Amino acid sequence: MHQQQFEVRYASLWKRLEELLTALENGNARESRRDGAGFPALYRQVCNHYALARSRCYTPDLVTRLHRLVLRGHRQLYRAQKLRPWIIIDFIGRTFPRTVRLNGRLFWLAFVLFFAPAGIIGISAYRDPAVIYSVMDQDQVARIEYMYDPLNRKTGRAPERTSATDVRMFGFYIYNNVSIGFRTFAGGIFLGLGTLLFLLFNGLFLGAVAGHLSHPPHAAVFWPFVSGHGAFELMAIVISGTAGLVLARALLRPGVMTRPLALRRAAPEALQLIMGAMVLFIIAALFEAFWSPSSVAAPVKLGVAAVNWLLVPLYLLRAGKNVKVSLYSGGSRYR
Amino acid sequence: MCARLDTCHRYETPEGIELELILAGPLVRGLAWGIDFSIRAVAYILFLFLLSLLGGVGLGLLLIGMFLVEWFYPVFFEMRSGMTPGKRIFGLRVIHVDTTPLSWSASLVRNLLRAADFLPFLYTAGFFSMLMNQRFQRLGDLAAGTIVVYTAPEEEQDVRLPRATARPLPWPLRLDEQRLILQFAGRWDQLSEQRRSELAALLAEFTGKSAPPEEVLLAHANWLARGR
Repeated sequence: MHQQQFEVRYASLWKRLEELLTALENGNARESRRDGAGFPALYRQVCNHYALARSRCYTPDLVTRLHRLVLRGHRQLYRAQKLRPWIIIDFIGRTFPRTVRLNGRLFWLAFVLFFAPAGIIGISAYRDPAVIYSVMDQDQVARIEYMYDPLNRKTGRAPERTSATDVRMFGFYIYNNVSIGFRTFAGGIFLGLGTLLFLLFNGLFLGAVAGHLSHPPHAAVFWPFVSGHGAFELMAIVISGTAGLVLARALLRPGVMTRPLALRRAAPEALQLIMGAMVLFIIAALFEAFWSPSSVAAPVKLGVAAVNWLLVPLYLLRAGKNVKVSLYSGGSRYR
Repeated sequence: MCARLDTCHRYETPEGIELELILAGPLVRGLAWGIDFSIRAVAYILFLFLLSLLGGVGLGLLLIGMFLVEWFYPVFFEMRSGMTPGKRIFGLRVIHVDTTPLSWSASLVRNLLRAADFLPFLYTAGFFSMLMNQRFQRLGDLAAGTIVVYTAPEEEQDVRLPRATARPLPWPLRLDEQRLILQFAGRWDQLSEQRRSELAALLAEFTGKSAPPEEVLLAHANWLARGR
């Protein structure tokens, strides 16, 4: 069959596909529903025409026209899933804690990388008040000492703290802390070195501050302030680190796959971890901005902190455990 | 239909056909990023102006807004249409390596890993990553399995062959050779007369000496397209 016959015979079919595609692309529900059922068959037929046109060496413009139709059809047929609210609920309720457990060993590695330096420098900063100067300068030390000074009317960040300040600090915690979590994750792609540095550095910094402020008079202000949101924030840091290490593991131990392929396979899982960490960071920011600086008595704050420190590990260890679902649920897409 | 030299991405679909897309290189992607960056900068200034009227609360909202824009601005646009405003201007689109539209997961991965690509300054890591693989993928693209391609021009210009009396081929030609003749004829109007004969003269052995070589090629092209 030569080209003209071919074009005459199928022109109406191509036109129909083109109209259908335009309707689908513009989200024209009525029209696409009317003809939608026939779309895959129509698309495959035009794929066939495209292959024929290529192998029969029809003019480039016809081949290009069909190629464009096929490309558009491919985009519609293999369209991504929409994000629905229940996916998010399911993610927080089941998928995320399950993914953390699935990567338990890396979680504990991140945990040690963060808490070991924190503990060591914490103890030495507690014993020797000079140690803190090895991680921050004099001004910073003076500032944190001032922040947790019991003479401040409202403890936390500044003495003149008001409810507008709380909102400002909430914004700051979101901006600062979640970004640190994201960078910790992203650093994993440099064979884990970035993640490693972020975990060690943050561990050293927070450990030194905690050790330094554990003496009276600051201790009575510091611990009730930080313990409430600490459960969420410290877990979020460790899980961000886990997410980075998941990427690093794919690159360092790709197994039978090539490194790029292993990385691509690991990415959805790492993404689940870092998105879950973001949720924890946001909860931590809510606590830190609105609960921790409130004038509630210290024993109540410590009591709430104890409950948090119980609930977060319980959630990570138990949530979504007894539900039977297929592996890899939660929208991760392996390709 | 790309030569091996072209920066062309090929993917064979489940339907057994091969799709071809032109990959976008570092320069055009950098320019698109520059435009997106300016849009964000303007947005920040507007935010700052409006929200500073609200005092401490406004500053809090500004910081949350900055957080969202900084990390999720590309995700928002990529999930709507596959392109940020900057990419739209240059006609670029982000898709999966298998040419399907971007999924949430892939868009989030590639945009969170911007933080790594940006290091140590201005996307240096991303730039070297793009140079070191065949698909111009930065690190985030590698992890997400995505590529940035040119969108096909929306309006196709109808390249018709100039009419001429059809003339059969003197001997059978390979497919790519036939295509070469058709492409030459398809570009007929874009070439100057001298250039046409200069190019066609390269095939003197094929066209013979009976007529100007470009006329012969055009006749063959007409035969290939219509007269067979």
